[in-house]
Amino acid sequence: MDLSFGPEYDDFRADVVSFLANNADKAPKGNDLRGEAAKDWQKLLIENGYTCRTIPKEYGGYGAQPDIIKSRIIAEEFSSARINAGLGGQGISMLVPTLLEMGTQEQKEQFIRPTIHGEMLWCQGYSEPGAGSDLASLTTSAVLDGDEWVVNGQKIWTSTAHIADWIFCLVRSEPDAPKHKGISFLLFDMKTPGIEVRPLVDMTGVANFNETFFTDVRLPKHQIVGERGEGWQVANAILGHERETLAPANTAQTRINALIELMKQETVNGDPLINNPVYRDRLMKLQGKVMAMRFNELRILSARLNPGQDPGMARMITKLEGTELRHDLEGLAIDVMGEMGLAYDDNPHLRNSGSWQREYMYFLGLIIGGGTSQIQKNIISERGLGMPREPKFEKAS
Amino acid sequence: MQFGLSEEQILLQDNVNRFLDDNSPLDRVRAYADGGADADIWTGLAELGIPALLIPEAHGGIGLQPLDAAIVAECLGSHIAPTPFLGSAVMAPTALVASGGDHGELLADIAAGTMRIGIAFGEAIKRRNDAGVSVKDGRMSGTSMYAFDAEADAYLVADEHQHIYLVRTDDPGLTRSDLATVDKTRRTVELNYENVAAELVSADPTVFEASIDIGRMALAADTLGAAQNMLDQAVEYAKQREQFNRPIGSFQAVKHMCAEMAAQLEPCRSMVWFAGHALAELPDEARVTACHTKAHLAEVGQFIAKTSTEVHGGMGFTDLVGLHYWFKRIGANRQWLGAPEFVREEAAVLQGI
Repeated sequence: MDLSFGPEYDDFRADVVSFLANNADKAPKGNDLRGEAAKDWQKLLIENGYTCRTIPKEYGGYGAQPDIIKSRIIAEEFSSARINAGLGGQGISMLVPTLLEMGTQEQKEQFIRPTIHGEMLWCQGYSEPGAGSDLASLTTSAVLDGDEWVVNGQKIWTSTAHIADWIFCLVRSEPDAPKHKGISFLLFDMKTPGIEVRPLVDMTGVANFNETFFTDVRLPKHQIVGERGEGWQVANAILGHERETLAPANTAQTRINALIELMKQETVNGDPLINNPVYRDRLMKLQGKVMAMRFNELRILSARLNPGQDPGMARMITKLEGTELRHDLEGLAIDVMGEMGLAYDDNPHLRNSGSWQREYMYFLGLIIGGGTSQIQKNIISERGLGMPREPKFEKAS
Repeated sequence: MQFGLSEEQILLQDNVNRFLDDNSPLDRVRAYADGGADADIWTGLAELGIPALLIPEAHGGIGLQPLDAAIVAECLGSHIAPTPFLGSAVMAPTALVASGGDHGELLADIAAGTMRIGIAFGEAIKRRNDAGVSVKDGRMSGTSMYAFDAEADAYLVADEHQHIYLVRTDDPGLTRSDLATVDKTRRTVELNYENVAAELVSADPTVFEASIDIGRMALAADTLGAAQNMLDQAVEYAKQREQFNRPIGSFQAVKHMCAEMAAQLEPCRSMVWFAGHALAELPDEARVTACHTKAHLAEVGQFIAKTSTEVHGGMGFTDLVGLHYWFKRIGANRQWLGAPEFVREEAAVLQGI
C-alpha cells in the first residue's frame, strides 16, 4: 500500500494550483459551449496541458505522453477549486478518442483540431425510438448510391443537435447481416438537406435533447469511421469509458462539502439544520458512501498504474453506484430545506444557484441515460458474477 | 502509487484461508455453536502467528500493521470462525502497546496464544441500563455486559472515563456468566465484579480510542468477509436452482438482487483497505475513516445478509443450509462497539460538524 504519487507530482500539483490561482478570473461560468470566453479558456488550458493533454500537437492538442496521475491531479484541483475544466461535449469526450483510435489520417486532420478548439460542435446519433437499451436493433438506414450514402430514419435523445455543426451517427448499412454486424459509423454535416431537428424539453426545463429526422440525407462515401458493418465495434471502443466518468467521486465529494456548508448556514426556528439529528445522520450516511466510492476509484487508478493488479468489479459498478449516490445526495439538500428546497427558475431565494433541484433531476437522467441502472445490473450480474443470460424470445412471425 | 494488497499480504490471506477451509468448515462452526470449544482453532492460528500479528517483535510478536489484521479478520468473517481474534489479537495488544506501560510478559503470552485477553468496553462506548463499573483503590465493582470472548484468561475493562483496567478471571470476586445472543459463532458474557483487583493499564482516552478504532475496522473487515461469502453462496445457488425450466439466476428479478449486492460490496473492499492503511499511516483521517467504515459495512452487510437469504428462497430460512450463521454474525458485528447511528454521530463530531 503506497498512496503517494512521488515528489515529481508534488511539483506538478503546485503548478496546477498556481495556474488556477493566477487565471481563475478568465474561466467562463456556466456551461456555454459556444461563447468566446469558453473558447479562449479552452485554448489557454490546451496550451498549458490541462485539457486535451494527450492529443497529439499536430491535431491541436498538447501532445503529452499519457500520465494517469497527472490527469487525476488536474481533475482533482479543478474540481476542488470549482473552476471550469475546459470544453466538454460528445465531440471531445467520445468522437475524438474514437477518431484517434479508428479514424483515417484525413479524418484526424479534418476534425480533431476544430473540435477540441470549440469551433466544431458535434452531436451523437445513437438511440432511436425503437432502439434504446437494445441499441444494436437500430433501423436508421444508409444505402450506398454511387459515391454517396443516403440516410433515412429517426434518432432520439440527440443532445445539442439543435446547435451542433456535425453528427456522428450509427446507421444500418447491411440489412441482411446479423444485427451487430450490419451497422456503420457515419459522420455528416448537420446543414445537409433532409435533416429536421425537433427539441425535446426535459424535466429540468431545458431543451438540450432533440428528436432528429433524416429524409434522403446524402453524404460522401468516405465519411465513415472504420469499415462498413464495423460501426458497433467502433462505437463500443469508447462506450465503457463514458460510463465510468459520468459521476466521478471527486465531484460527489465537492457536492457533499457544499451540502455540509448549506446545512450549517440554513436554519429552522433559528437552529442550524446541521443540528437536526435525523438530517445529520442522513448526511453522515451519504458521506460514508462518498468515501467508499473515492477509495473504489483509488483501486481503479491503482489497477491502471500496476497492470498486475485486479480491480475486481470496481470499474463495472461506478456508473450504477455513482449516479444513484449523486441523486440521493442532491435529494437530501432539497429535503433539509423544506419548502425552500422547491425554489427554482428565478426564485429570489435560490440556494447554490438552484443547483440542488437541477442536479437532483439531472442525475435521474443519468441513472437512465448511458445504459440504464437496470442494464448496468445485467452487465454486473452476467459479466461480473457469471450469471446466466435471460433466454431470448423468438420473434413472433 | 499502489492501492492494494502486497504479495506478502496476499500470501497471508491465502494461508489463513487455507487453514480455515480445513479447520473451520461449517460443521466445525456448528459444533462450537452447540456448546463446543474453539481452543483447537485458536491453537492452529497461533502456529500461523495470528495472535502475534500486531505485537512488536521485541515482545515475541510479528509487528505487522492494522491492514494485515483487516486481512485476517476478513478471512475469519468469511469462514464465520469462532476465535478470540478481535479482543486478544487486535484490541488488547493495541491498547497495551499504546499505553506505553511495561506489559512485555503479557504481550509475549498473548503472542504465543497461551493467554487470551477479552474486551469489556461496552459501557465506555454507550452505557445501557444499570451496567457500569467503578474502581476505588485498585478494586473494581459493578457489571460489564456483552464482553467478549467467553473463555478469556483476563479482560481489559473500560469505565465511563475511558480508563482501561486489567482484571483476571481467576480473581474470586469475578463472576462470569454466558449471555446468549443470536450469534452462536462467538460467545459473549456478563462480568460481575465484587471488589476485584483491577490494574490500571491507561487513563489516557487516546489509548481507548486507538483500541476502539482498530476494533471497528476489524469488525468491518469481518463483515466484508461474511457478506462476500453470502453473496458468493447466493450467486452459486441461483445458477444451480431451476424453476420454470431455467436457472433462477437467469431471471432479472434474481440477478438484479445479486448485482445490487455486488455493486454495494465492491467499494467496501477498498474502504476496509483504506481504513486499515489510515490507522498506520494517516493519523488525521484514521478515526473518521474507521467510524465511517464500521457504519457503512454495517449497512451494506445488513442488506446483503437479507438479500442473499432471499435469493435462497425457503432454503435460506432453514438451518439446513446454515446461511443464518453468517446472517447473525453480520448482525452482531453491526451492534458491537457502537451501532451505526452512534458511530456516524462520532464521525460528525470528529470533523467538527
